[in-house]
Amino acid sequence: MTTYQSVTGRRPETNGRPAEDERKALDRLSARRLRVALILTTAMLVVYFTFILLIAFDKSLLGEMITDGLSLGILLGVIVVLATWVLTWIYVAWANRRYEPAARELRERAR
Amino acid sequence: MTPFAAIGDPSAIAIFFFCLFILVALVISYWAARRTKTTEQFYAAGHQISGFQNGMALAGDYMSAASFLGIAGLVALYGFDGLIYSIGFLVGWPIVLFLIAEPLRNLGKYTFADVVAYRLKQTPVRMAAAVGTLSVVIFYLIAQMVGAGVLITLMFDIDYALAVAIVGTVMLVLILFGGMIATTWVQIVKAALLLGGALALALWVLSYFSWNPLELFDSAAADNGEAVLAPGDQVVTGSWDAVSLGLALMFGTAGLPHILMRFYTVPDAKAARSSVNWATFFIGGFYLLTFVLGFGAMALVGRAPIEAVDKGGNAAALLLAEEVAGSAFFGFIAAVAFATILAVVAGLTLAGAAALSHDVWVNVVRHGEAPEREQLRVARIATFLMGGLAIVLGIALQGQNVAYMVGLAFAIAASSNFPALLMALFWRGFTTAGAVASIVVGAVSALVLIYFSPTIQVDVLGHADAPFPLGNPALVSMPLAFAVGIVVSLLRPEPAARARFIEAERQIHLGAPAHPPRVRPAAAPARGR
Repeated sequence: MTTYQSVTGRRPETNGRPAEDERKALDRLSARRLRVALILTTAMLVVYFTFILLIAFDKSLLGEMITDGLSLGILLGVIVVLATWVLTWIYVAWANRRYEPAARELRERAR
Repeated sequence: MTPFAAIGDPSAIAIFFFCLFILVALVISYWAARRTKTTEQFYAAGHQISGFQNGMALAGDYMSAASFLGIAGLVALYGFDGLIYSIGFLVGWPIVLFLIAEPLRNLGKYTFADVVAYRLKQTPVRMAAAVGTLSVVIFYLIAQMVGAGVLITLMFDIDYALAVAIVGTVMLVLILFGGMIATTWVQIVKAALLLGGALALALWVLSYFSWNPLELFDSAAADNGEAVLAPGDQVVTGSWDAVSLGLALMFGTAGLPHILMRFYTVPDAKAARSSVNWATFFIGGFYLLTFVLGFGAMALVGRAPIEAVDKGGNAAALLLAEEVAGSAFFGFIAAVAFATILAVVAGLTLAGAAALSHDVWVNVVRHGEAPEREQLRVARIATFLMGGLAIVLGIALQGQNVAYMVGLAFAIAASSNFPALLMALFWRGFTTAGAVASIVVGAVSALVLIYFSPTIQVDVLGHADAPFPLGNPALVSMPLAFAVGIVVSLLRPEPAARARFIEAERQIHLGAPAHPPRVRPAAAPARGR
């Protein structure tokens, strides 16, 4: 543990306002990231478990044919795959545009 | 052309591609050996892998032969039911991205136990996490090794034990000499081959159906009944069975030690983020292709010839390759399947070795004070032990039904590793006792429940009934692990762990200081600035 605990060596100062401000800013950043992460996680859970619960409890609905060769089940399967792409893309776009600059600013303030 | 003549009748082309890939793997490990001088390079490729490269390597680490051959086979035999796996194996990746990848990269060093143990007492947490890691790794390894033996025997008509020994030996040479750098590049090469091969095969199939997947599905349904496009009862028998399997696949992905370990190979959290984004793209694309490959095999090869070669359908993709594109392409796809297995067992073995040497030896036995040379030596010894164990178990379990072991590995990962990791990252009040209890209860309950489930009692032991109704235990064992972790932490708070939460948060968001671009052996300990 020694090797990488020393990495966090920049301890927040215990006296004076800067450390207090920095701590609040860090809490805000952390809460913001957690909020985004939880919203997107919930979205993924809703999409996937809608699919799974339909498989579990309404197999015949997923067997409905939309057109020749395309059942609702297969269509939803493709939609789940597309949803994982869209949700990861949304997160990466948010993190790179919003989260990353805010973290960088804090990092520089901490120096 | 009789489609199954080539199986067990090795074509010269298949053997050529097979040997070529082994040669490529050996060249990579020779090249990587010269760049593997420190423990950090051995376990984390010196943090020099880019986001895109790591995305490919994650895909290569994750897409096992079970995904490629197994899912294509399930779809070919049962239609839609096989797709439950395709989709389940994908949906964990966004969870990894949103909750795990970046904090893990910034907080840990080589293993996920680094992260769980960060604020807690080292010895108990590391021991528990090592048990969680090793049980996942060993069950997953057994499934892969037995699968490899069967597959190579099927493709090249060589002795089963010899086949397992070849895979194990190539894998050991790869890791012992080239460590994570060699493993990463073999995984990248494998991902490129697998994605390229699957795409080529899918396009070939679609060319028979005027490039329209719906026409393919329609043709498969015309020959085998429309029921193949709807959920049946082949993969999941009951309703809650489907939910439990879904949970295990989704959250198991976020607790697989060999996947988590890959996030340490990139320079920073941003690269970790982009690597999951790429991995999700590649893996999603690959599983979309399994729709086409599976139904393609059903429509073009037919269920009976596939079942004639292997009852589980594992030969479907290979037979399809031969049917549409001839024996040269069959040889190529067979070698890709071998590359697939090699890359996955290498990742697993390295993760198991890291748990043994970094968690147990360096941090528990030596209290984190082992000199660099000793760490590297122990890492190689641990690799040798894990690889040897994989070969021995692979040979010992010949002919056993091990298909359930992948599901079991995911269930343990979801119940043992994921809850502890999540609570360690996001809950201030998580304690040492809570972590240990959660990991142990998660692993033990998953093991016990699967023993009493139909998976073992009915499928393996041949009993008529099973005391526990679900095929996969995650629906019970994962919530149980969370509950135990929370209750134990609340009963006995640990003020020291709570106090260090702010420090952990700081490192999660602001990161460890940037790593020097090129680490020379002498400069390795200087991780700080």
